[in-house]
Amino acid sequence: MAEKKSRGKGSGNSEFKTILKQLSYNKLAMLGAIIFVLELLLVLLAPVISPYNYEEMDTTAIRQTSSAEHLFGTDDLGRDILSRVLYAGRYSITMGIFSTLLAAALGMVIGSIAGYFGGWVDNVIMRFLDIIQSLPGLLLSIVLSAVLGPGYINTILALSVNGIPGQARLLRAEMLKVRGNEYIEASQSINCTKLRVIASHMIPNSISPMIVQATMGVANMIIMASSLSFIGLGVQPPAPEWGAMLSYSREFIRSSPHMAIFPGLAIALTVLSLNLMGDGLRDALDPKLRR
Amino acid sequence: MAELEKNAGHFLEVKDLTVEYFTKEKVVHAVNSVSFSLEKGKTLGLVGETGAGKTSIAKSILRILPDVGARIVGGEVLLDGVDLIALPEKEMRGIRGNKISMIFQDPMTALNPVQRVGDQIAEVIALHNEGKKDEFKRRAQEMLELVGIPRERYSEYPHQFSGGMKQRVIIAIALACNPALLLADEPTTALDVTIQAQVLRLIGQLRDKLGTSMILITHDMGVVATYCDNVAVVYAGGIVESGTREQIFDHPSHPYTVGLFGAIPNMNEDEEWLHPIDGLPPDPSNLPKGCAFRPRCKYATERCGEGPIEMAETPDGHQCRCCNLEAVIKGEKAK
Repeated sequence: MAEKKSRGKGSGNSEFKTILKQLSYNKLAMLGAIIFVLELLLVLLAPVISPYNYEEMDTTAIRQTSSAEHLFGTDDLGRDILSRVLYAGRYSITMGIFSTLLAAALGMVIGSIAGYFGGWVDNVIMRFLDIIQSLPGLLLSIVLSAVLGPGYINTILALSVNGIPGQARLLRAEMLKVRGNEYIEASQSINCTKLRVIASHMIPNSISPMIVQATMGVANMIIMASSLSFIGLGVQPPAPEWGAMLSYSREFIRSSPHMAIFPGLAIALTVLSLNLMGDGLRDALDPKLRR
Repeated sequence: MAELEKNAGHFLEVKDLTVEYFTKEKVVHAVNSVSFSLEKGKTLGLVGETGAGKTSIAKSILRILPDVGARIVGGEVLLDGVDLIALPEKEMRGIRGNKISMIFQDPMTALNPVQRVGDQIAEVIALHNEGKKDEFKRRAQEMLELVGIPRERYSEYPHQFSGGMKQRVIIAIALACNPALLLADEPTTALDVTIQAQVLRLIGQLRDKLGTSMILITHDMGVVATYCDNVAVVYAGGIVESGTREQIFDHPSHPYTVGLFGAIPNMNEDEEWLHPIDGLPPDPSNLPKGCAFRPRCKYATERCGEGPIEMAETPDGHQCRCCNLEAVIKGEKAK
């Protein structure tokens, strides 16, 4: 924050432009970004473009494959899969993004404290994270989401707890590496406060692996969210959700594979686009790799 | 006491500064009761081998020793009569980077690689001044030009600069707030010889222009000869000899200083071998009793191993920590 301030109005904007420009050199990253933005648009416009209501049952068309009326076919209750996939995206994508952001934010605070101060502070924090990580991730989310109760916000909270240790560890390791550099000492010698040293000198130099981890994390979170929906926690039916749709179609996978293919494709496409974007973003954020 | 009153007018005075590094197994005595003083506008050269404790002295003046494992055990650092060691952290903040600043050894790593160089200069100005960002930026640009870098390069990143230019940026950062005291910690060690000369000349010019006092840490006697008014020779965390540049260069009196000068190869003669000082510096976690140089000294006597050695005055009036001073002077004259 402090850094942005010192940059003034005009140049803060140009920094963002530089990153965008760098990103545009990377064809694959652009492809990822385009796919993801398109997906976001489709999902946001779901009420406008989806041909049916996601709850609407058409008992005359059960488990039909693709046709002109139902582009993606219908499920076993005769609901239009295209509409359901579009609406499901609203839950899946936002849950993935918000839980990752929350995990990254908390992980950043915890990781930077551990990484900067070291010694016993680091020890206490790391052992605590060890405890969290020693529990199977899904189990922890299940317990948390059972305690908090089902629902959109609660699921995000339950998922993010899982992501914290990984993010914190990654930042801490990177900060330990950065801490030994002379510019940290130099920043102390010109009288930066601890907070400023951490926020404007150490984090910007150690954040890139976190960004990559976060983009991959979104994909992981989407899958975790679907696992939660599968066992009745998470988002509650009839509200659609990609993972839930996927697990629901399990029974029909031999007779009606399209029920699994389309939500599966949606997940795969999102994950792929995010990964491409994440890699490109990492390169664009690192001034040393700029062209 | 008479000594104290005599020195009352000094701009910077370091008294009995002692710094230790702790590990679980041992205590490293990095700086052992170091005392020296510096007058306004003068330059003091701290000369010594790697690991002698020169950098620790500089860092303890700024109080930026690492939090974990290092401690200033005792002593005073008086800047205009104010003891920096005893100063609360809050007041120390007004001094760091503002009244005292430091130039670091390795320009390759002393700049934040993901921040624009100009912003890094503006940062120190912003930390110590009230005002508008545009004003900070303008002053940062002026600083860039002062060190000979076009102001257009304000928004470039450190990796786009060469080593010598990075060191210029670091000099600009150090001088941005017009400090009264500049600590230059081997500012040219990481640079090649031609750039070394440029950077040193720049530091010298700016020092004279801005009237800054300076402590120049180096192990290069040639640099000392050109830029320093006074010299203190550091060995194993203690000052073994100090005086004006002329006194030290003309009449080196401590066996260690004599050895240092002896190690400089004579360019006018065809010499096959260099003349190093035999042996190695002592392990700072296990310093010998008495004179730390005793194991390597050819003038060593029984007396050298007994207790601390006091500073003695040499015939030409500078300070030397040796108890066989007469023997050394006689011995060197005989050569």
